[in-house]
Parts: sequence; structure tokens; C-alpha cells
Amino acid sequence: MPLSDQTLTRAEELIARYPQPRSALLPILFLLQAEDGYVSPAGVAQAAQLLGLTKAEVGAVATFYTMFRRRPVGKYLVSVCKTLPCQLRGSREIAAAVAERLEVPLGGTDASGMVTVEEVECLAACDGAPVVQVNTENYERLTTEEALALLEALLRDEVPPPTFAADGSVTEPSTAGLHWRLAGLGDPPAALAGTAAASASTADDEGPGFQGGAPVDQGSGEGR
Amino acid sequence: MTEQVKVLTSRWGDNRAHEIDRFTKLDGYASLDAAFAKGPEDLVQLIKDSGLRGRGGAGFPTGMKWGFLAKGTGKPTYLVVNADESEPGTFKDMELLERDPHALVEGVIVSSYAIGCRTAFIYLRGECGWPGRRLQAAIDAAYDRRLLGRDIKGSGFDLDLVLHRGAGAYICGEETALLSSLEGQRGQPKLRPPFPAVEGLYRAPTTVNNVETIATVPWIMRKGVDWFRSMGSEKSPGPKLFSVSGDVSNPGNFEFPLGVPAREVIMGAAGGMLDGKALKAWTPGGSSTPMLTGDHLDTPMDFEGIQAAGSLLGTAAVMVLSEDVCVVRACLNFTEFYAHESCGKCTPCREGTDWMRKILGRLETGQGRPDDMDTLADICDSIFGRSFCALGDGATSPIVSALKFFRDEFNEHVSGGGCPFPGARVAVGAH
Repeated sequence: MPLSDQTLTRAEELIARYPQPRSALLPILFLLQAEDGYVSPAGVAQAAQLLGLTKAEVGAVATFYTMFRRRPVGKYLVSVCKTLPCQLRGSREIAAAVAERLEVPLGGTDASGMVTVEEVECLAACDGAPVVQVNTENYERLTTEEALALLEALLRDEVPPPTFAADGSVTEPSTAGLHWRLAGLGDPPAALAGTAAASASTADDEGPGFQGGAPVDQGSGEGR
Repeated sequence: MTEQVKVLTSRWGDNRAHEIDRFTKLDGYASLDAAFAKGPEDLVQLIKDSGLRGRGGAGFPTGMKWGFLAKGTGKPTYLVVNADESEPGTFKDMELLERDPHALVEGVIVSSYAIGCRTAFIYLRGECGWPGRRLQAAIDAAYDRRLLGRDIKGSGFDLDLVLHRGAGAYICGEETALLSSLEGQRGQPKLRPPFPAVEGLYRAPTTVNNVETIATVPWIMRKGVDWFRSMGSEKSPGPKLFSVSGDVSNPGNFEFPLGVPAREVIMGAAGGMLDGKALKAWTPGGSSTPMLTGDHLDTPMDFEGIQAAGSLLGTAAVMVLSEDVCVVRACLNFTEFYAHESCGKCTPCREGTDWMRKILGRLETGQGRPDDMDTLADICDSIFGRSFCALGDGATSPIVSALKFFRDEFNEHVSGGGCPFPGARVAVGAH
């Protein structure tokens, strides 16, 4: 379902923030993702209408960026860094163990819709290798056992404190809330603390892709 | 022995420095009075005289970049801060934003005043939660204290600052791709000229500067050119953040004057090699800069010194690899990164990175052919200088340098039917 009337007002606030309306496209895609759990075909159409673009233009942008999803994402997004400094400290084993526990391929969401696991490129925290993020908050220098314990907590809908909690780092309680914040609208409304995604999914690249005139990418599996 | 310095890191030890009152007590926002007392042209000249060079990788003189901004176009001038930190091994800007976010806001205000910008943007990586939250809170606090908005401190100078999140694309660290992304387009680079200084954001004069660069500006405005030039070398003056990661005992960010010998960064500040292993290779400035070896540890880490050693200072992201890291696997890991992040616009980079990924993969798994090393070198030659932007050039750096220093190890992968490092610590992995 696309944006409610209430959220539409916030989208217009985003558009007014920029000298040219189209600059609000990435923020609006995050906002759509906050409400739908992914960038849905209906969301693409709505963004196009809001900004006076074609659906193809919006789809071309949405497919370029890895953070825009083509299938509903879990309540918790577990991102494991796969770049060299993290691999030297065991990140690949962590990613594999998490995926195995969830019984999904990397990029997939567990059957309860609670957790999505993915491997990502360098997260700019290489001194904390291996770096795992939950909803973009860092959990650093984890062993595989600690990462699995973190995962079990998330599956119970509990969020352990991130590495720098004592310094003020806070993990966003849901991907919906995270995407709202990434849109640039500050603290998310309480309702977006949210529930798990409606259904389980396989890896993102097996998703239906955007429909309604937007191009589907070439199946690199990386959301580009 | 080169002492570490405390300039950009001076407030990092204070766990309340992110709060505006605390920041102000620690001389934060003090550069505003110093800046507003001068004319904008004088400030641009001051930054030119300081010799400050961009901290985002290319090392272009900041004052000169500002001086190129087109005047009298009838269009606004924009400052866009590149906070899309994602060069593998680089983690300096994020820690700066976590520990001292107002330092960037202060830099944006005085830099905007110098170049005549009334609306500035910070393009921040989407994947970085805590730094983003800290930065937004700092911007909000600065608005509350009327340090942003209209008539800042009675100077008559107005400035709005917008924090804009990226959505997962390394290429958006390239300045023209960043501007495309900020305009709501796919983040693909554009042909230069026209350079952003003439036609940048919304085809208006624009300067794109790195977080560390902009955070350095207030210090120069407050403490002057002589103070700044008392650190570093003639052509590479000032303090610099070095991000050290990989096989060292004490990875982290360390601030040194430019020109510090690599040995003091790796073996000194970063605690030396992990578990007493031998050093095999290191990058001076991220995966896009050619690897160096233990023979290069006395190289001064400034733009000229590292270039003379055959590499580039880049973002000063020092990744350290010990003797038990397979260099073919390390190249494969980096090449997977470039193949993933290539934006697809130009053929040499799009196709070349993928071919290199496949060849490195087959070398690693025992399917390598005797001519694979020549093929890799040939592909690198077809990418370097022939791709649309620097991403393609960067993709060749690990491979060209690894072939230069470790060609025997590549050969062993062919003659021995696979990787000679049974317990190699980098996974072979296709996506």
C-alpha cells in the first residue's frame, strides 16, 4: 500500500526541502519503504506522480541503489561486512552461520519475517572487524558464537545494545523506523516500531522486480 | 620519532563533545568570529596559503578548488560535503562524525561563508546509523542556537544545511556521481568538463569537499597558516587522520602530521603486527591504491612520498596483510568489491572488473591457466586510463601491484593446482 494521506504531507515536506523537487526522490523512496517494507510497484507509481516523473525514471533510480529493496525486508536487517579487513577476522563464517541458522540464502528473510541477512561491502568501521550491523547500527569484533547469540535475541524480538551503546549508539527498533529516519524526517512515529514482514522470502534477486514500466535489473543479485 | 597530534581528534576523548554546550566550551564555533571578521575572498586566500589539500583521496588543493568556482553566473553557489565514506579500509570520517559532529557543522558554516554558499548539503552514507543520528542532532542544535539559518551571529550571513542520505553505492563518493545522486538520479559519474565548479549541482557552481577537509578549515581560520604549516611538509602540510586495520594489534584512527613514516603508523601507533606475524603487504590509502611491502615502511606518508614509492596516499587507509594472507585471495576480495560497485556506465570497468573476478576465482580454486597473469595484466591495461572515472583505475591497483611484488605466488596457484594457503583467511566467494 502506498503512502497514507498523513505520510503524503511528510513527503511534500521533503520535496520543499530541496531547491529542485527531484532531489527528494531518494528520501521519498526510503519513506515508501518505511511504510511498505520495500519499494513496491505501487510505491514507484506514487513517487512518480509526486515528482512528475515516469515510473521508468523512478524504477531506474530505485534499482541502482542496494538499500532499496524489491521484496519486504524483515523487522531486523542483519548486514555482515564482507570486505578484506572483516574477512581477515572471520566475517564470512559469521554470514554463513547466520544464513544457515535462518535457513535462507544470503539476502533472504527467515520464515517468521523477523530477520533478513545479507553480506555488504565495507561499512567504514574496519578497526572493529568483523563488523555486523543490525538496522545499520554496529556490533563490532564479534565471534561467530556471539553473532549467533545476537541473532537468537533478534528472533525473540529483543535488541541487544550495540557496541557503542554507552556512547549513545542506539539500534533502530525496526527496519520501518530505520527507513523513516533515512528519509530525513527525524524520529519515526511510534507505530513504525513495527511488526515483522508479512511473508518470508528468498534472496532479493529472486524477487519479482519492479513492475509497471520500470526496468528489472539484470539479475546481478546486488540490487543494482 | 613523530609524535601523534591532537587537532581533528582533540575532542574525541570527551564523551560529551557531541553536545553543543560542551563543544562550545572546547573552543567549538570559535572560528565563526574569526571568519566573519574577514571578507570571503580573504578566507579563500587564507586556505590557498595554508596549502590544505583535499582529504578525500585525490589531494587537490582546497583553496584552489574554491577559487575555480564560477562567479557572476546569476546562480547560487553550493557546498556539498562528501560523507559517503566507503573506500575499503577507510573509517576516519565516520568516527569524526560520531565523536565530534559539530566540528563538521562549524566547518560547513565558515567554508560556506568563504565561498558565498547559502544552501549546503552533506551527502552521508545510508548504512551508517550512529554517525547520521549524531550529525542530525548537531545540525538541529546549531539551528536552535541560530548558528544556522538567518543572520548567523549578526553577520548578515544566512545558511541552510541539509543532511541527505545515500542509499548504498560506493560510486557516489565520486563527485559527479554524488551530485547526480543528490539530484535524484542514478549515481553515475558525468563527463568533465564542465567541472562542478562551473556546472555542478543543478548546473550551478559547486564545490564537493570531504568531511575531514571541511573539519580542518575552522582550525586554519582560527590558528592561522603558520600554525598549520608547522605540521607536515611544504607540499603536504597539516595534520591527517590515518585509519589502520587488518593484521595489526591495535587497529584504529591515528592523527599524525603528514609525512610520518609508515613504520611509525603501523609498527608504532597501531601496535605492530598481530601475533608477531611478518608483514607481507599494506595499502597506503585504501584498496584503490597500489599495495606496498615491508621494504616501503620508511616511506613518508604524504602525497609526494607515497607517490614516489609507486602508490598513492588516497584516504590514508592503511590495511595491513600478514604473511599468512593469500595475495590472490586478497585481490579477489577487492575485485569482488569493484565488480559489485562498478556503476555499469562504461565498458572497460563494467566488463573488466567481472573478468578479473572470474580469473582470480579460477586461480584460487585450481582452474588457473599459465597465461592468466598476462591476461590479468592486459585487462588492467585496458581499464586503467580508459574507464570513465577513477573507480576503474582503482580496481586495477591491487592486481597490478600484487603482480609486481608477488607474481611467484600467482604462478604457484597455477603450478600447484590451487591456493597454497590451505588455511587462508579470506573466503573464496562468489556472491
